[in-house]
Amino acid sequence: MKYTLKKLSSTIVTLIVVSLCVFLAFNVLPGDPAIRMLGLEASPELVAQTREKMGLNDPVLVRYFRWFVAFWQGDFGTSYTYSVPVASLILSKIPITLTLGLLAFLFTVVISIPVGIATAKYENGILDRTITVVNQVIMAIPPFFSGILITFIFGMIFKFFTPGGFVSYTDDVRGFLRYLLFPSVAIAFPKIAMTVKMLRGNLIDESGKDYARTAYSRGNNTNGVLYRHVLKNAMIPVITFLGMALADMVAGSIVIEQVFNIPGISRILLSSISNRDYPVVEAIIMGIAIIVIGTNFLVDIIYRIIDPRIDIDD
Amino acid sequence: MMKKKIGRTGSALLMVVLTTLTVALSGCSSDKAGDSAKVETGAETGTDTVTSTETAASTETTDDLSKLTVGIPQDIDGLDPHNSTGAGTREVFYNIFEGLVKADSDGNLNPAVASEYTISEDSKVYTFTLRDGIKFHDGSDVTVEDIKYSLERNMGVDGSEPLIKAYGKIDSVNVLDDSHVEVVLKDADSDFLTQLTVAIIPAANEHPETTPIGTGPYKYVSNSPQENFVVTRFDDYWGEKAYIKDVVFKIEANMDAIVLDLEGGSIDMMARVTPTQVAQLSDKFEVYEGTMNLVQALYLNNAVKPFDDVKVRQALCYAVNPQEIMDFVSEGAGTEVGSAMFPAFSKYYMPELNDTYNTDVDKAKALLAEAGYPNGFEFTITVPSNYGQHVDTAQVISEELKAIGVTANIQEIEWNSWVSDVYSGREYEATVVGIDASTLSASALLSRYVSDNGKNFVNFNSADFDAAYANASAATDDAEKTKYYKECETILSQEAASVYIQDLPEFVVLNKKFTGYVFYPLYVQDIAKIRPAQ
Repeated sequence: MKYTLKKLSSTIVTLIVVSLCVFLAFNVLPGDPAIRMLGLEASPELVAQTREKMGLNDPVLVRYFRWFVAFWQGDFGTSYTYSVPVASLILSKIPITLTLGLLAFLFTVVISIPVGIATAKYENGILDRTITVVNQVIMAIPPFFSGILITFIFGMIFKFFTPGGFVSYTDDVRGFLRYLLFPSVAIAFPKIAMTVKMLRGNLIDESGKDYARTAYSRGNNTNGVLYRHVLKNAMIPVITFLGMALADMVAGSIVIEQVFNIPGISRILLSSISNRDYPVVEAIIMGIAIIVIGTNFLVDIIYRIIDPRIDIDD
Repeated sequence: MMKKKIGRTGSALLMVVLTTLTVALSGCSSDKAGDSAKVETGAETGTDTVTSTETAASTETTDDLSKLTVGIPQDIDGLDPHNSTGAGTREVFYNIFEGLVKADSDGNLNPAVASEYTISEDSKVYTFTLRDGIKFHDGSDVTVEDIKYSLERNMGVDGSEPLIKAYGKIDSVNVLDDSHVEVVLKDADSDFLTQLTVAIIPAANEHPETTPIGTGPYKYVSNSPQENFVVTRFDDYWGEKAYIKDVVFKIEANMDAIVLDLEGGSIDMMARVTPTQVAQLSDKFEVYEGTMNLVQALYLNNAVKPFDDVKVRQALCYAVNPQEIMDFVSEGAGTEVGSAMFPAFSKYYMPELNDTYNTDVDKAKALLAEAGYPNGFEFTITVPSNYGQHVDTAQVISEELKAIGVTANIQEIEWNSWVSDVYSGREYEATVVGIDASTLSASALLSRYVSDNGKNFVNFNSADFDAAYANASAATDDAEKTKYYKECETILSQEAASVYIQDLPEFVVLNKKFTGYVFYPLYVQDIAKIRPAQ
């Protein structure tokens, strides 16, 4: 309870700091949203009138406060660019980015954990050596590049999907998922490599410790020690990493949505930044912040389940 | 444990914020190619088609030719035609909305919502006859009240500023009877017809920002931000109906993936493709070559040293070779311009001005010496980084100027910074951009050189020019008007207001399953003329 309260208060402070940072940063950036809206040919009088109407002439703290109050009342404002409520704009895009992120996360977990265990179990075997080398290579390839490679190989040569042929989930769910499959693999690739490397290292470390030796001496077989004792300890840092990875998927999707032409949250974020569409940018950044903090909170809970020695109420 | 956790959350958040800022500061790639602003990038001209050979050998039999997917580089910035200013939006809206008059591919204004018009002797009263039987997309009839409403909306209602500056000139819009409406101007203006292409929308529509209704050959179906904009053929269209039934304008955020998307079949058509991309395309596509209809120049800030000296400006004109720039930037394609007018305005374009300054290094050096810079000088060219052609052009210029001892440093800045520092703030020495025309009138390109014009970002100041421009505006006779506009152009050339370079080439790619692409002297994509190839 105490922990939850503490966490909640720190969450709120963090959100305020993040939103203020973004607000202030946009205030010093060049670019007038009114001109952005009206075009370069607009008369100065019209620009002045529009600025007044948009409330851009008020001091920055006044504007921040106004935004802040509205935000916590659930009013995210109206997009300058699209003249529609920010909430509806973002809501229609969330399923796309979320599906992309979750698919990538699913790939990461499902592939990396078994592979990690296998490489540790057969340390220095052929499988282990091959995977270690492949891992190094994959980690060195940034997602945008693997994205281009995947588009070229699977889209152009094998024609598994049409490059740039995104289908909305409202039209065709299967086509939507099939299209997102490849970009999510591109996001997952480097994460898989890192998780495998990490899990392998941890497993090997832990299995050399005293408790593992004791477990062996009590007559347990390799698998028993590995799954019942060693794995639990080795997983803790991996879960931290996976938690961060999940949050990182959002950042990863910024690049991938561009490469694969997916109209998700990141595309809206990018275009809103260049259009100086503050209400949209603020709302999305707050959303990302909440996801990051939420994921970390979840990771803490999972810690406790796996390792009861960790007492988070401290 | 607790401390560590906060640190982790903090660093993750810091990363998110930093990523955002990095993107914001560096000008992200979604800005690329065809920013929504009006300066730069123009329309297409009637310079006809150049094609790759042969016709498509085999197209899949299952092809549905009733649907066309057009790639567009930027999003639609709002559905209200009167409040959407993006050049990329205007080119799409051409298919949906129409004004009293409408531009055709030769640059003429033809009656659209009006069936005919008369202009009074003193150019003060424009009278329009409503086209008989014309309907809006929702099936209702267009009335004279709708015309009045649409025009008054742009004039600014209840004392607010006009949405279009020129609409401040309108004194009143009067309904004469059921089929006639007159526009009365405060002062005579024989060019005002060019402003009357503004969309006519129904007065009864309470939400023009979410339900766009027009009179054009296509009607609005749906819009998904950053994804697509869908229209379908309007079967009650008054004029020649469109061929293709469904058209999807698909937003292509990643200009680097255009070739992949075209080849893969997710788009059928794309405008403003780079020469490099054209070279990568297979023969499934037809390439139409035109010009962008803009004036690309090394714009010089006439108010700062050393560019306040006409001799220095002329020296730069002698040193810069437009043909060399075209060779480097677009493999020789492009049309040279010698003043602030592009060739599509054939009535006003003066090819002879291209020869005012033919490349002559010795003459340039002599002029520099006369101006007091025998050893040259150093200055900075500020270029918006999202326009590859302009950055490349600046680089060629920088090399060319070395021959006369002038050092040009290139500074690339983000588009928003360019707008606030260079265009609005006028704090720069030189810049390379392209300037297009928003209406079919020479004044759209020339008015910015009038010394007290708010858009005169080059700070050009010439009493002769101001006089000539005033004469042109006052003239009611077309020949006389043209004569004065040409005088303006000549002054700009002789005074070397800037170093005029070229009208950039434009390449439009269309899948050979379709045909009929036409260039316009304005920024539009006329989809109604595109038809299946068979």
